[in-house]
Amino acid sequence: MTTAELVDMVTVVIDGFEISVPKGTLVIRAAEKLGIQIPRFCDHPLLDPVGACRQCLVDIEINGRAFPKPQASCTIPVEPGMIVKTQLTSPVAEKAQRGVMEFLLINHPLDCPVCDKGGECPLQNQAMSTGQGESRFEGVKRTFEKPINISSQVLLDRERCILCARCTRFSDQIASDPFITLNERGALQQVGIYEKQPFESYFSGNTVQICPVGALTGASYRFRARPFDLVSSPSACEHCASGCSLRTDVRRGKTLRRLAGEDASVNEEWNCDKGRWAFKYITSAERLTHPLVRDSAGDLQEASWPEALAAAVAGLGGKQTAVLVGGRVTVEDAYGYSKFARVALKTNDIDFRNRATSDEEREFLAAVVIKSTPSYLDIDRADSVLLVGFEPEEESPIVFLRIHKQVRKRALKVTAIASKLSIGNEKLKSNFVCVAPGAEPAAIKVQELTSKSIILVGERASESAGSLSAVVSLAKESGAKIAWIPRRAGERGALSAGAIGNLLPGARPVNDTEARVDLAAAWGVDSLPSQSGLSSDEIVNAANEGQIEALIVGGVDPLDSANSQQMLNALKKAFVISLEISHSDVTQLADVVFPVAAVVEKSGSFMNWEGRSRSFDLAVESFQRSDLRILSMLADALNAPINLPTVKSAAKEFDSLGMWDGAGAEFTSAPPSGPISLGNNEAILTSWRRLLDEGSLQAGEENLAGTARKTVVVISPTRAQAIGVVDGDQVSVSNAHGSVVLPVLVESIHDDAVWLPRNSRGSHLLATLGVASGSVVTVVKE
Amino acid sequence: MTTLTPVLSEHWDEKDSFTIKGYKRHGGYAAAAKALAMEPDAVIQLVKDSGLRGRGGAGFPTGMKWGFIPQGDNKDHYLVVNADESEPGTCKDMPLLLANPHVLIEGVIIASYAIRAKKAFIYVRGEVTHVVRRLNQAIEDAYKAGYLGKNIFGTGVEVDLVLHVGAGAYICGEETALLDSLEGFRGQPRLRPPFPAIAGLYARPTVVNNVESISSVPAIVARGAEWFSSMGTEKSKGMTLYSLSGHVVRPGQFEAPLGITLRELLDMSGGVREGHQLKFWTPGGSSTPIFTADHLDTPLDYEGVAAAGSMLGTKALQIFDETTCVVRAVLRWSEFYKHESCGKCTPCREGTWWLVQLLRDLENGKGTAADLDKLLDLCENILGRAFCALGDGATSPITSSIKYFRDEYIAHITNGGCPFDPHAATLFASAKAGA
Repeated sequence: MTTAELVDMVTVVIDGFEISVPKGTLVIRAAEKLGIQIPRFCDHPLLDPVGACRQCLVDIEINGRAFPKPQASCTIPVEPGMIVKTQLTSPVAEKAQRGVMEFLLINHPLDCPVCDKGGECPLQNQAMSTGQGESRFEGVKRTFEKPINISSQVLLDRERCILCARCTRFSDQIASDPFITLNERGALQQVGIYEKQPFESYFSGNTVQICPVGALTGASYRFRARPFDLVSSPSACEHCASGCSLRTDVRRGKTLRRLAGEDASVNEEWNCDKGRWAFKYITSAERLTHPLVRDSAGDLQEASWPEALAAAVAGLGGKQTAVLVGGRVTVEDAYGYSKFARVALKTNDIDFRNRATSDEEREFLAAVVIKSTPSYLDIDRADSVLLVGFEPEEESPIVFLRIHKQVRKRALKVTAIASKLSIGNEKLKSNFVCVAPGAEPAAIKVQELTSKSIILVGERASESAGSLSAVVSLAKESGAKIAWIPRRAGERGALSAGAIGNLLPGARPVNDTEARVDLAAAWGVDSLPSQSGLSSDEIVNAANEGQIEALIVGGVDPLDSANSQQMLNALKKAFVISLEISHSDVTQLADVVFPVAAVVEKSGSFMNWEGRSRSFDLAVESFQRSDLRILSMLADALNAPINLPTVKSAAKEFDSLGMWDGAGAEFTSAPPSGPISLGNNEAILTSWRRLLDEGSLQAGEENLAGTARKTVVVISPTRAQAIGVVDGDQVSVSNAHGSVVLPVLVESIHDDAVWLPRNSRGSHLLATLGVASGSVVTVVKE
Repeated sequence: MTTLTPVLSEHWDEKDSFTIKGYKRHGGYAAAAKALAMEPDAVIQLVKDSGLRGRGGAGFPTGMKWGFIPQGDNKDHYLVVNADESEPGTCKDMPLLLANPHVLIEGVIIASYAIRAKKAFIYVRGEVTHVVRRLNQAIEDAYKAGYLGKNIFGTGVEVDLVLHVGAGAYICGEETALLDSLEGFRGQPRLRPPFPAIAGLYARPTVVNNVESISSVPAIVARGAEWFSSMGTEKSKGMTLYSLSGHVVRPGQFEAPLGITLRELLDMSGGVREGHQLKFWTPGGSSTPIFTADHLDTPLDYEGVAAAGSMLGTKALQIFDETTCVVRAVLRWSEFYKHESCGKCTPCREGTWWLVQLLRDLENGKGTAADLDKLLDLCENILGRAFCALGDGATSPITSSIKYFRDEYIAHITNGGCPFDPHAATLFASAKAGA
């Protein structure tokens, strides 16, 4: 035995069959292992037992002593000498179950023909297995007003509700968002919200999924399809680096809904509302269908593929070209961009980091992250978790759920180094180390961690100079693990695929001759460019200064880049080839536009923050081509083939390259920036992106947007007093670029800081202020 | 012939029985002083020896319950007094608290000391404002006299007593629902285990006792376990309060040794109202299966009543004479259970909803004979299938009334309606008849 985790086993007899299960296993679960399905509603393996619905009653005796009445098998753990008789062998249990089923149905409306759940409904299914064909109930059913909105995206039909409390227990126990509870009593008991507080949880969609009847439905899916008309495909979520397994349901070529898939080691059975509901962008009217080429008059015209490819080749002709690839592409596509840059463009000027970033981060990624192997299990086992530049609830919600699970289960210690106390950190009962923006390194240095601790570092750590260096030295001293958790689904994979200037695919350092030779041999090319590539900021600057004359841009939103205005200027100046799914700010400025497939329209894989591959197959038949396919065609047209005609071939080739086993890059520490002195009414800007905001992949889903947190400016009580404002007053935050005016919220935040959401309705900092964190702004009452 | 043994109710007829002065005149708070001079474990042993069993209905040995509290666990312990008396027909705790609140407070001091609880709570039902006022005054007086607080009788023992007023839910009389309610949540029964003795109020070891159980303790301490166990029957020791109500000449509380019969109690209370005969009665509130005149000599102790097919319950003897329609009475009770079902579990929530509709039809002559079998089958599907005893209790009046009065149900069907004159069963009807 390699681990010390010896599990005590208990042997029980269920319906005459003996089975050994770990101590503490519930009877209902032990029966499942034998293939004996005991009907149930309130029971859910990831929620605390409640025993409310009474559907799972069975007869139990222990060492010859029988319980006088049937017991709820979802609440009773196995014990040695236990003999269980389910409905299969006990007439008493069988009658008890039939009785409960009959009760459940008396107040349940017979609206299955119009109910979204019909066809995949546990009540319907179990009424078939455990119910009577005819009801003996001839009385009056309880009635309620038909569905009411408990948020803009969740509807509640109280007549259908069987009061199993799965939704309320999920919201309380898993999401820590107890915004729904059971109200009233008896048959009039009902799920309800507080009148001033709708069910605005980032995880509310899970309640729709675990509702065993059609009581909770999603506004976007309601009345759209019958389950038996849907074709389901397992898929991976493209929204963040958590790496959720999903199920995509498609009817007649149209994606109608997405559900959380089951993966015990990653997302268990949950996902966030963004992953569930933000997919309207796929069917948006803004989708590109044909290539576009800018004509002599300067207008974009639809073109055939050969025309567009020819225009692209002509436009690139000998120009110094760089590649900007957003953090949203699959591993295979990223590998395609990476190889295309090196082989077809003969440059290392490629960067997947379309956001505020730093050279310190690039070194950190190449030296630390690329070879690290953190996992969710490390969170489960950690003695403490340190959060640096990372808001799990907003930036990687399943990581948040996993930390919260441990906080609830064993009071896991969480420390957050940040300028503002977030809602998520309140729910994690985090020890909030409040620092001024930029002062993080000093606070990181004094943390006391052990070799069992884990440091979760977000992409925003790069916005505070010296933070990543402080993390590296803290980890070195304490032995703690480092996990880098970017916000986007494609960044970790793009790093491995070498879509960055200092690394080639498979962690091969660009400045390592052996590594270059190794890769050149594998690729069958004479040599690879040896000069380290430019970073995204440098590429934008170089394009503005004319040193770079052409850009290949895939999946990039200028609003995300560190300085949107400069990015837009660069796009105007250079010859731009854009690979995009929809019309965007980039396509408008591009010279050649290639439409690409959305995630559900292709196969591929993402790499989540653990470095775990999340592969998926095509869910919707489509004529759209993947980025990889287009790059391959373009390379062929440039007479510099990359030989990656299919996703499969790219995956196979990338896999066969393996990880570089030679020396990796060494990390060189960067110094923290000095303290910032503030004048009257000045503050240091800090911000993050909220989970639900104006991100382009959330476009078109108004029901989801309706549950986004309100856009506010957050300042400390001291500052509020100084500028004479109270909650709700309008406040202006400005710098030389521009200003944002929003209502103020006085909260726990560093006195020197002011917080705004980075990309929410009415607050697009990178566009308006040209900066999102760490710089001085003026905060005054409007 | 059994005689009354007034202990708790001994001085209820005195004008100031509810004051601290009135209570002390008869040796009040001496038992607490005596108990605090003993070892806590000795107090628990004394209560065990006395044979006192829970007076809230279930009859669990009180001393044993106290003994379940883990000692030396460095956790706070709590005593919670269940004064949420809501069972239809039950009227013992409220009169007791109205007439003699200090005996409960003295009991609380002793019990808290025994289980090493520094904080005790009385959860009283919210409807009884007059009782709440008396209790508040009594607690205030006890604090002033130094019987509650940091240093009781100068012994260093600390007991704080908090009065919590419920918001009017029958389910909050169920001990775990009471704890949830006391913690500020909706009152719904909790999953057991863990039992309150291990994780009760605020997840700390907690004893939940009925008002009468705790109030019986001072007398046991003062007069000894032997004195207490000399009363009652073999397994049901001591005196208790029987509450007679309904069609009886002098309704009220009768304190007698356990094991007294209804025949004896009726003799003491002037019998069924004049010109009428006993038809049916409840031994312990509406949740206990009803009895008839055949059970007049059933000993009213835990074993005797159980042997006859019912439960001693709260010893709430509701007397109904022959003018009462049993179907109507059962319908009223069932409506109560439907209204009070907390909604947590399916059988109780949906079952009571259904039962009422069937009974209403039967009472109005719209039922069929098959409905009776359906009623019994539904009761079978509720009894023992519900989360807590509320669902069980809801079936008791139905199954027992059909057992004894099936013909009367049938008469409703053949008659096409209720054969009784509801007016005849009212008390003002009897006043007229008596005039």
